[in-house]
Amino acid sequence: MAGAQLGPAASIGIEKMYDFEFDRPTSIQAAVDSLKTEEALAFSGGQTLMPTMKQRLAMPSKVVSLSAIEEMKGVRVEGSELWIGGATTHATVMRETAESYPAISSLAGRIGDPSVRSRGTIGGSVANNDPSACYPAGTLASKGVIVTDRREIPADEFFQGMFMTALEEGEIVTAVKMQIPDAAHYAKFIQPASRFPLTAVFVARYGDGVRVAVTGASESGVFRWTEAEEALSGNFSAEAVDGLATPDGSGMISDLHGTGDYRAHLVKVMTKRAVAAC
Amino acid sequence: MKVDMKVNGRAVSGEVEGRTLLVDFIRQTLRLTGTHVGCDTSQCGACTIHMNGEPVKSCSVLAVECEGAEITTIEGMANADGSLSTMQAAFQEHHGLQCGFCTPGMVMAATALLKENPSPSEAEIRHHLEGNICRCTGYHNIIKAVQAASGQDVQPVAAE
Amino acid sequence: MPKDGGIGASSKRREDIRFLSGTGQYTDDINLHGQAYAYFLRSDVAHGKINGIDTSAAEGMPGVLRVFTAKDFDGVGGIPCGWQITSIDGQPMQEPKHPILAEGKVRHVGDPIAVVVAESLAQARDAAEAIMPDIEDLPAVMDMKAAVQEGAPKVHDDLTSNLCYDWGFVEDNREAVDQAIKDAAHVTTLELVNNRMVANPMEPRVAVGDYAAHSGESTLYTTSQNPHVIRLLMGAFVLGIPEHKLRVVAPDVGGGFGTKIFHYAEEAFCTFAAKQLRRPVKWTSSRSEAFMSDAHGRDHVTKIELALDADNNFTALRTETYANMGAYLSTFAPSVPTWLHGTLMAGNYKTPLIYVNVKAVFTNTVPVDAYRGAGRPEATFQLERVVDKAARELGVDPIALRRQNFITEFPYATPVAVEYDTGDYHATMDKVLEVSDHAGFEARAAESKKNGKLRGYGIAHYIEACGIAPSNLVGQLGARAGLYESATVRVNATGGIVVMTGSHSHGQGHETTFAQVISEMIGIDADQVEIVHGDTARTPMGMGTYGSRSIAVGGSAMVRAAEKIINKAKKIAAHLMEASEGDIELKDGAFTVAGTDKSVAWGDVTLAAYVPHNYPLEDIEPGLEETAFYDPANFTYPSGGYACEVEVDEETGRVEVMGFTAADDFGNVINPMIVEGQVHGGLAQGIGQALWENCAYDEDGQLISASYMDYAMPRSTDLPMFKVDHSCVTPCTHNPLGVKGCGEAGAIGSPPAVINAVIDALHRGGYDVPHINMPASPDRVWAAMQGAKANMGAAQPAARSTDTAEGRSV
Ligand SMILES: Cc1cc2nc3c(=O)[nH]c(=O)nc-3n(C[C@H](O)[C@H](O)[C@H](O)COP(=O)(O)OP(=O)(O)OC[C@H]3O[C@@H](n4cnc5c(N)ncnc54)[C@H](O)[C@@H]3O)c2cc1C
Ligand code: FES
Ligand code: FES
Repeated sequence: MAGAQLGPAASIGIEKMYDFEFDRPTSIQAAVDSLKTEEALAFSGGQTLMPTMKQRLAMPSKVVSLSAIEEMKGVRVEGSELWIGGATTHATVMRETAESYPAISSLAGRIGDPSVRSRGTIGGSVANNDPSACYPAGTLASKGVIVTDRREIPADEFFQGMFMTALEEGEIVTAVKMQIPDAAHYAKFIQPASRFPLTAVFVARYGDGVRVAVTGASESGVFRWTEAEEALSGNFSAEAVDGLATPDGSGMISDLHGTGDYRAHLVKVMTKRAVAAC
Repeated sequence: MKVDMKVNGRAVSGEVEGRTLLVDFIRQTLRLTGTHVGCDTSQCGACTIHMNGEPVKSCSVLAVECEGAEITTIEGMANADGSLSTMQAAFQEHHGLQCGFCTPGMVMAATALLKENPSPSEAEIRHHLEGNICRCTGYHNIIKAVQAASGQDVQPVAAE
Repeated sequence: MPKDGGIGASSKRREDIRFLSGTGQYTDDINLHGQAYAYFLRSDVAHGKINGIDTSAAEGMPGVLRVFTAKDFDGVGGIPCGWQITSIDGQPMQEPKHPILAEGKVRHVGDPIAVVVAESLAQARDAAEAIMPDIEDLPAVMDMKAAVQEGAPKVHDDLTSNLCYDWGFVEDNREAVDQAIKDAAHVTTLELVNNRMVANPMEPRVAVGDYAAHSGESTLYTTSQNPHVIRLLMGAFVLGIPEHKLRVVAPDVGGGFGTKIFHYAEEAFCTFAAKQLRRPVKWTSSRSEAFMSDAHGRDHVTKIELALDADNNFTALRTETYANMGAYLSTFAPSVPTWLHGTLMAGNYKTPLIYVNVKAVFTNTVPVDAYRGAGRPEATFQLERVVDKAARELGVDPIALRRQNFITEFPYATPVAVEYDTGDYHATMDKVLEVSDHAGFEARAAESKKNGKLRGYGIAHYIEACGIAPSNLVGQLGARAGLYESATVRVNATGGIVVMTGSHSHGQGHETTFAQVISEMIGIDADQVEIVHGDTARTPMGMGTYGSRSIAVGGSAMVRAAEKIINKAKKIAAHLMEASEGDIELKDGAFTVAGTDKSVAWGDVTLAAYVPHNYPLEDIEPGLEETAFYDPANFTYPSGGYACEVEVDEETGRVEVMGFTAADDFGNVINPMIVEGQVHGGLAQGIGQALWENCAYDEDGQLISASYMDYAMPRSTDLPMFKVDHSCVTPCTHNPLGVKGCGEAGAIGSPPAVINAVIDALHRGGYDVPHINMPASPDRVWAAMQGAKANMGAAQPAARSTDTAEGRSV
């Protein structure tokens, strides 16, 4: 069938965002080069960027789409290591880690909704480091390493506070690596409006100890609850969590949906539930 | 920028800006107004369409990202003879719509579910439709419509 | 056997075909040739003095046609208010001007400051960002109780205070009520908040204005529940366009829930600008804009006192409510906390003495007006909460306490000025207990306990007044309009029928139900009947759809017009069959002569009406078209029993709705499938209000819940399958169909049922929490449990009880 030719006018008149140049490179190197333009911005699934740009809170001069870079896509298991390409969608992670790492599959399968999961990517999620995002907790608890076009950054150093990461200007998250634990669970308590975590806890048990990563709660973004890790490394049980003092609520997010004290309380409850479900 | 894609089986090409949203391209350029816009934070799902077989929110995809993609909108859902698809017919049969504004997105999302999971439970249907907000129906009859479309037993509407 | 057509059949909806295939025509789907786009620059502060607005840079930007500010509206009226309330002291309410664009001050976040009209929306938005308003911040007036104190900053400098009115109802009862409360054996007092809501129809508002220079006629396409009302208000009060030069079209509308009743500035703007610029002008609201420009709902802060005698009979009820009006008076705002609320305070109970006081207050927030149920949910919530609380205080069964005080004899004149025609509250109570399996509750509660959850059962019983409304009565009550409805039934020569109704359908399915009624009356197939609505050029007059009035008032008008048609058709048939008119019967689409086998088909009679060769021309005119206006004699009074079952997660405070049962008495039902759908939707909104939805401002007047990121819309995973029953029927006595209306019931009866269930669950867990304000979100429920734990045994203030003290529901 002949293609319908539609008028020459580029603008259809009701665009909500500022205009920008658009590039869709097919290799990491080309993307890095393209991002050298001033005010250029990496664009992966767009599930965070599109609403932000519609509110005109971001105004890149150029948008560099990562969606055509095949070397950034896919899920691979090498021994006890899970490799997820930075441009891999939540839906793909959900499907392809179901056997190798069910807790991550379950985390991915509960991000947003099916439409968000078919576009949003792990690279975008960790690069954005929303204080209520799911992947940062999963990555941090899973001894994650963030692979970029130029280096590898341990998750413990990568996440540096609300929306802050170790990424440099123009640096691209090309993959995220995780160590598959003996057991793990992600306990997510949703904020009733956004359905992001109000507080969520990822617990991962390894031979050499337990990791507990918390998202949604702290004003400084995702963090490891070290007291719980210590207690659980000695005694991996819900009772061990019961014995702990509730974390301090003063550094926790207080908003319409819950006070800092409430979130601190949820940290404990969700940790307990994650452990019980492991 | 020129973009070529297939929409409801028909090849189309059009000039767009980088910032043109897929939903605006569909509604304004192609004049397929069945796809709706209900929010600006990517949450309501009124704009749900299929892109290469997967459900996506067309308000959160750039038109230029759809180069070479296969797009299906609500206008492409009916059977070849023009009759309503099984899912569309089930929505009518079970009164799964009132004002009809969320409906195209709802039908697109529900159709995608059955492709993946031909016989979903009530809980699975609800989980799958979490990103499609309906203000009219309370979801009750939508759930029933999806159950019916998947060939599962549903109580007849007015006899509960 | 269920019928497959006519009244009482669950006919499938004909409108569904276009909605399901993507061919519906919503306002945003309308694009007129040469149309320009309007973008509104809105205030980002709650209260401020406008020192100046520099539009010069914006005016020179690409594509800009014109930039409008308040000074461009000289000689243009303000947005009118359709209802006048009189204060206790006999003074009329204070009524500030509501300009199309902010004049002198901005008064809420979202108040429009300027509008850019440009060739494209992108250009209009770009230019709007170049407008430099010089606005000096003023303290925001947020707390209603503080706002009415002497010396408080004023929202409107030209008014004497922020008090819109102070209304007492019924003033003659006041002393007797005070005395009865003093003399009571027991008084239960409750302070509560009815949380501010955003209606959030999924279709945002849209307006397209057009002007035809050749005829001087203006046309407005708009997302409205009542195009004729918009034509009247905008034409007569704002723009000075006579009704014959103004057409208002409301095509397919994606939900309304009240918020699309009102006349909005954007509608007047687009109509005005189209004429000024000689170009169609389109405005499409974004969801973010909707949050700060669609009228909000509810927002009452109330103290209610219920007096009982030693035998637990209700002896008196007294309420004091602060009702938030927002920054300006929206179309029906003053009527909501008064006539739609005070008149319902008797509920289902024979309380002999009632006094209601309402103070309506201006604040620096978005105007508040009717939202599904409007006033009646606020009344029902207070009453059904205070009755439950009384039962708990007295240690009696909340169901028994209700039953003991139920009204059982009809008609019943309440002490708050209305007369219930019919009802059977014991029947709906019996039904809701049966359908919700009340008897099996304890077993389910035990099961929940095993799973670590607290289960609670909450009951509520409601009455509502709908089928709004008798014009002479509402006229006495301050309405500036009549609330009749009209319909024209046009029969074509070949027998097909077109009904032009003033009721508007935006989800209610009139195209199907109205056709069912006509089909039943005439005995022809529903496919032969077309229902037309939503266009002032096609329907003679219409007051629109709200207050569950479509079938009760609009349907009645249609029945009356159809009766006129039938009477005339019988005359023609009598002539054709040479029989006496009195012997003619109409059945199954044919006219017969009683006692004979003579018969003439519907189509032969209609043809004769238009081809009057053999026709009684000396007695009747040719043609077959009739119009009727129907003004109801009374409100209708649907009622029902609602039961909610919840599980509370003790560790997190999260409430899960495990079951919800509604047993309603809607009188006669035209289409059970549609009625059930209406109830489902109402329940979702009521449960949403009770558990999640909350429109919140901070003390500076910033809207916190300004998008779906913070305003919690009920989602598919939040709700259970509902149990809905409407088998209890006491037909309305004063309209031809015996119908009562069903559109709002779900939203009215459900919030107290949910909160009663939550409180019940907490008490079963040993938490002495007397009340929780809506929404009973996890953090609030958890905090209430913590509060109760800290003071084991003693009665606890509700979570965030400061909400009430502050006089602000946020
Ligand atoms: C309705 C809805 C619900 C959601 N619910 C959840 C939820 O429950 N939990 C949750 O965790 N998230 C949720 N999200 C967010 C979602 O997971 C996003 O997909 C994710 O946060 C961002 O991924 P993206 O690929 O879409 O990134 P984009 O939006 O494309 O980009 C986000 C940011 O990351 C940068 N970026 C993107 N990719 C890279 C890269 N490879 N290297 C460097 N920088 C990069 C971009 O420049 C941008 O600043 C939700 C989103 C929506 C719309
Ligand atoms: S329009 Fe709401 S999600 Fe796309
Ligand atoms: S049918 Fe109206 S929003 Fe779903």
